[in-house]
Amino acid sequence: MIRSEILKEIAPILRDQLVVCNIGIPSQELHAIDDQPSNFYMLGTMGLASSIGLGLALSQPKPVIVIDGDGSILTNMGTLPTIANNVANNYILMIIDNGSYGSTGDQPTYTGKKTSLAKVAEACGCERVIECRDVDTGRVLQEALDSGEMTVMVVKCDSGNAKMPVITLDPVIIRDRFMKAVAS
Amino acid sequence: MNIDKKITDDLVANDISFVTTVPCKQLAGVIEEIENREEIFHIPSNKEDEGMGLCAGAWMGGKRPAIIMQNTAIGVTINTLATLIQYYRMPLPMLISYRGELREPVACQVEMAVHTKALLAQMNIPTYHFHKQSDVQELDMILKYTFMCNKPVAILTDANFWGGYGDQ
Repeated sequence: MIRSEILKEIAPILRDQLVVCNIGIPSQELHAIDDQPSNFYMLGTMGLASSIGLGLALSQPKPVIVIDGDGSILTNMGTLPTIANNVANNYILMIIDNGSYGSTGDQPTYTGKKTSLAKVAEACGCERVIECRDVDTGRVLQEALDSGEMTVMVVKCDSGNAKMPVITLDPVIIRDRFMKAVAS
Repeated sequence: MNIDKKITDDLVANDISFVTTVPCKQLAGVIEEIENREEIFHIPSNKEDEGMGLCAGAWMGGKRPAIIMQNTAIGVTINTLATLIQYYRMPLPMLISYRGELREPVACQVEMAVHTKALLAQMNIPTYHFHKQSDVQELDMILKYTFMCNKPVAILTDANFWGGYGDQ
């Protein structure tokens, strides 16, 4: 499966949750598949989805799901020790690990070679780390929500992008409606 | 006046309850004060752009954030300031140790000091420079201003403000 197929499959789970979605094609795909006010789309700033999601999870009680990518975690690797050492049990970091920089032309990342993000996360001190296959994403995500424990998921899947339109929503509108969903 | 306590008191009085820090020797006292204050959740970050991401999330979660860092971090965070904090119009007080100014002993620090105000000006970031201890009296107003206008605001604090750096 490629990322867009995974997102289509888990859209019913994501719909009722606060979601922080990674820059580029992942946000475009999520926006096209199932736009919700409770989705925060990153339009820039590669690498910070996991940090934004952690700050959000530590500041209010609702569950927060971050849809991140292997390339973005690699660019902000310092996020994993911060996550591990500031436990928020309403935080789920779902890394869609397709071993490539999808938004820029599918250039390979190191996670498609020797580097294991699950092992990095464990070494950083994250306690509930689950690497799963693409077909198991929905089940593992639901289990993570049900567990009430901070979870890092590494979803191994195929490289590739769906053709989706660029998000033209104004960033302040994205942020404002998201904050209203947080506060509701 | 205990400057570290005064700064922390102003943060608390302005309902700032989520503070991320990347350390600097000049900031050690205020970071310790923040760590010890019950009203503030202190979350050290490994890099300043990561810290700004944490602050963005905290603010959307209903808390008032602040970041404490060194001026070298301006070089690290230009993209984050432009495409996250400014683009989504978020407030962010940045208490910045202004290294490389008068009484600085480390020559390399001057290399970023000479760019600091120019970069902040280029980014249209309101910038205040604390040089004398009494300048801290403006901090309360600066914090109110930041959350009024929803912008990142820089407070540069140099070695003279902190009472000198080592025996220089």
